[in-house]
Amino acid sequence: MASKSKILWGGIALVVVAAAVVAGPRLMDRQGGNKSDGIAATAGGPPVLRRLTQAQYKHAIADIFGNDIKIGGRFDPDIRESGLIEVGAGKASVPESGLEQYGKMARTVAAQVFDKQHRDSLIDCKPASVTAPDDKCAAQFLSQVGRLLYRRLPTQDELGPLILASAEATKIVGNFYAGLEIALSSMLQAPQFLFDWEVPQKGPSGKTLDAYSKAARLSFFLWDTAPDDELLTAAQHGDLDTPKGIAGQVDRLLASPRLETGVRAYFADMLGFDGFDNLAKDPAIYPKYSFGLAIDAQEQTLRTITDHLLTRNGDYRDLFTTRNSFLSRPLGAVYGIPVPKDAPGATPDGWQPYVFPAGDPRSGILMQISFLALHSHPGRTSPTLRGKALRETILCQKVPDPPGNVNFNLVQDTKNPLYKTVRQRLSAHATAPTCVGCHKMMDPIGLALENFDSIGTYRAGENEAAIDASGEIDGVKFNDADGLGKAVHDHPATSACLVNRLYAYSVGRTPTKSETEWLRSDLMSGFVADGYRLQPLMRRIATSDVFFRVVSPDSEAKPVRSASAQGVGQ
Amino acid sequence: MNVAQRLATRRNFMRGMLAGAAINVALPFLDCFLNANGTALADGAPLPTRFGTWFWGCGLTPGRWEPKTLGANYAMPDELPMLAPYRDQLSIFSGFKTFLDGNGLVPHVSGQRGIMTGTTGKENDPSLDVLIADATGANTRFRSLEVSAMGNPNNTISRRSNSVINASEGSPAALYARLFGPEFKDPNAADFKPDLRVMAEKSVLSAIKEPRDTLAGQLGAADKSRLDEYFTSLRQIEQQMDLQLQKPQPLEACSVGTKPVEIPTGTEVAMAAANHKLFAQILAHAIACDQTRVMNVSFSDGASSLRRGGEPTTQHIHTHEDPIDDKLGYQPGAAWFENQIMLSFAALLETLKNVREGDGTLLDRTVVMALSECGYAKQHTLESIPIFLAGGKGSGKIKTGLHVKGDGEPGTRVGLTVQQCLGLSVNSWGVGSMRTARPLTELIA
Repeated sequence: MASKSKILWGGIALVVVAAAVVAGPRLMDRQGGNKSDGIAATAGGPPVLRRLTQAQYKHAIADIFGNDIKIGGRFDPDIRESGLIEVGAGKASVPESGLEQYGKMARTVAAQVFDKQHRDSLIDCKPASVTAPDDKCAAQFLSQVGRLLYRRLPTQDELGPLILASAEATKIVGNFYAGLEIALSSMLQAPQFLFDWEVPQKGPSGKTLDAYSKAARLSFFLWDTAPDDELLTAAQHGDLDTPKGIAGQVDRLLASPRLETGVRAYFADMLGFDGFDNLAKDPAIYPKYSFGLAIDAQEQTLRTITDHLLTRNGDYRDLFTTRNSFLSRPLGAVYGIPVPKDAPGATPDGWQPYVFPAGDPRSGILMQISFLALHSHPGRTSPTLRGKALRETILCQKVPDPPGNVNFNLVQDTKNPLYKTVRQRLSAHATAPTCVGCHKMMDPIGLALENFDSIGTYRAGENEAAIDASGEIDGVKFNDADGLGKAVHDHPATSACLVNRLYAYSVGRTPTKSETEWLRSDLMSGFVADGYRLQPLMRRIATSDVFFRVVSPDSEAKPVRSASAQGVGQ
Repeated sequence: MNVAQRLATRRNFMRGMLAGAAINVALPFLDCFLNANGTALADGAPLPTRFGTWFWGCGLTPGRWEPKTLGANYAMPDELPMLAPYRDQLSIFSGFKTFLDGNGLVPHVSGQRGIMTGTTGKENDPSLDVLIADATGANTRFRSLEVSAMGNPNNTISRRSNSVINASEGSPAALYARLFGPEFKDPNAADFKPDLRVMAEKSVLSAIKEPRDTLAGQLGAADKSRLDEYFTSLRQIEQQMDLQLQKPQPLEACSVGTKPVEIPTGTEVAMAAANHKLFAQILAHAIACDQTRVMNVSFSDGASSLRRGGEPTTQHIHTHEDPIDDKLGYQPGAAWFENQIMLSFAALLETLKNVREGDGTLLDRTVVMALSECGYAKQHTLESIPIFLAGGKGSGKIKTGLHVKGDGEPGTRVGLTVQQCLGLSVNSWGVGSMRTARPLTELIA
């Protein structure tokens, strides 16, 4: 360790992220510690090696080098597993073409860091000569930037070869800064940067993540970015080895305005918004749909969510019934609502708050364009896709894949005069024995949203026949979409799903058996006691002892009974 | 070797490279590209045989694409008239299927995965193109190139493992820039000067390999293999750089064409066909310039979202919902798409045929395996999934122009045959019912 700290000249961060603790009003009713955690029998799960998501990569670059640094090149698609990209990230590696693209981005970023505009503010030493190697200045820069990129102190084994190679590069290209720039671009392609590494350590009461891994897990969970200087320093000084130190950092992260970035990242992942990247709508049928509209549709839902959950500190379940939302002009065109520039509360970016009046068919985030359009075909609606999405993303229920060799003759064509509406056509699903089992999980839910077309515009009828939006979900009957929203609000799976999925998101893998028990009992009852509020739930997760507990990567994570005898988790 | 020794080795290597860099390596231009017969490169190495896959979703219409007779000189089936000019280079495989062996059906994916990787389960097996690229692509700049005619990077059937999916390039202009941008070294240029910056980058890049063992030591088995996959990719990137630092061998057929103009991308068939045409041209240049020996083209996604402009119904929905026309005996709406797709496949073959190389054409030395993911899309069947092998007539490695019937045998028999024809030493391939040790001997040259 001595040699490691020696090469870290003071450990000064290049960019110190604003870390002022702003205790906003939304934090007023934050809950205390998690005294009731039933973690005695909870073993935790294996550490995860997660490939940074596209958003995390972008956030990390912006935080370390500045918001104005552009990222050239394209990302490989993220992999989605068990409902989350953040879980798929724990399975993804880097293909050759992906690394080629990372290389392009690395060169682009490094070139900007070393351009005239940025160099002097980002590199705080000067070489003795611009045309010759200067190992001391190179080491200073690489150790400082390495700490932020690798999210821990780089080791001598990592820095030594880089410093040497940087000197060689300087000799080849004849310029110190060009050599160092190439070294930075290599670091940006290193697995230590591209993956979030979790390293276990033996603690007094069993295995946990080491302090830097804890810092990264906290930061990616709450801010969707790499740990800032203060969090790394806390890790370095051992603050994250104590519950008090962890709670202090968690409170700081939760109090920061950057929490909003983290909350947006979670819901964008949970709601599958990456699907918009490849969503097409027929321009002849839906001239109002555009890439810009798709962006606004996501923004509307994320604004609704952060406004409700963070600003208003609202009940999570009310997201499915709330009439509060936000509109931009393009969205107003689809919703049929004028969006004047000078409306009360309008912001210069064109957004304004909007409350759907009582009696309006729309309420809750399921009736926003983002959900309705994402789960439709390019030219028409799909109750099946919408029902499936609701089951899988909101209720965490898996709808089985259809069997092979299905005869679809019964799902009749749209031109059949006897079957004007989708409901009539889909009635075939309810009568064919191979279909009925799964389709009764999806179709009746999706049919309740039939008053909204493939891009979410309201319609009273289809093919001149009135739309019947009544339906049923798990025994609860409703008459229209509004009733569906209320049924989802009251469905026990809705809140249980958030608890389970948010935890999976925070640890980057599906919960283990013992964790699932803990989620079901302790964390769920905590969530209920907190009035289904998000921030206290995030705090409960981040400050719980379970959160950092790990089992050996190759052991199937089973509940370890012996751990309770040793008083683990106190 | 310890760290210090490794670094010393690299320093010496770099000194050598530097010394070389001082000299412009000038070779006489157009001296002699090929041997007298036009079958080998100037240095005596035979012209390479390339491999490609060409994928489309939702299959063809059963009964309309299978030739009536077996073997050579089959009569062109109803659905494939556009492929008639290539009949002597086109083998058609009917009656080959994917077995699920109890794995769940992933609709519009499983059929293709079984044929491409030999399994539909959780196994980590690479796809056929990766096996072939690993065996044949080591000396090219790109181990393989993947493209999506619909512009969707997720449309790909190429994978090294469950963790490494080879995403598709969606823009012809981006592919062109990637291939023929500043990093491209024209094999026919009169002089050659290694790029100092590439040299320096390669040197520094290898420095990030130093802590590999320490890093791997922290990981469980699954993550360790993902780290290995990362380092495999890194090694391939280093090879790319190596190639940029060497004077390439002259190639008569190599030219870079013109940079394509961006055109609209999307789910309309006409857009996909137009982008596919641009991709085909760029890929032909890439192959002729030996930038890659393996290509993977996805014309559509498995559950094809192709549609006619202005119409709401996708090909996928047509296949499920169109009634069977009483007079025709098939779904005319679905068949329209199949015709459009096969026209694009013919366009690829034409593009390859139009590039002369040695005593033949690029098509003569490129084996393209075209496949879909289901036999009868209307019912998601995995029986008799259409598979074609086109090209390769002049490679001397494979017999072409046959109709081979499988009678419910695994589609992996085609892939095993291709592997053996292209010189891979493999006796059997696949998992469970997809496992086969029986190549289609009638194809082996």
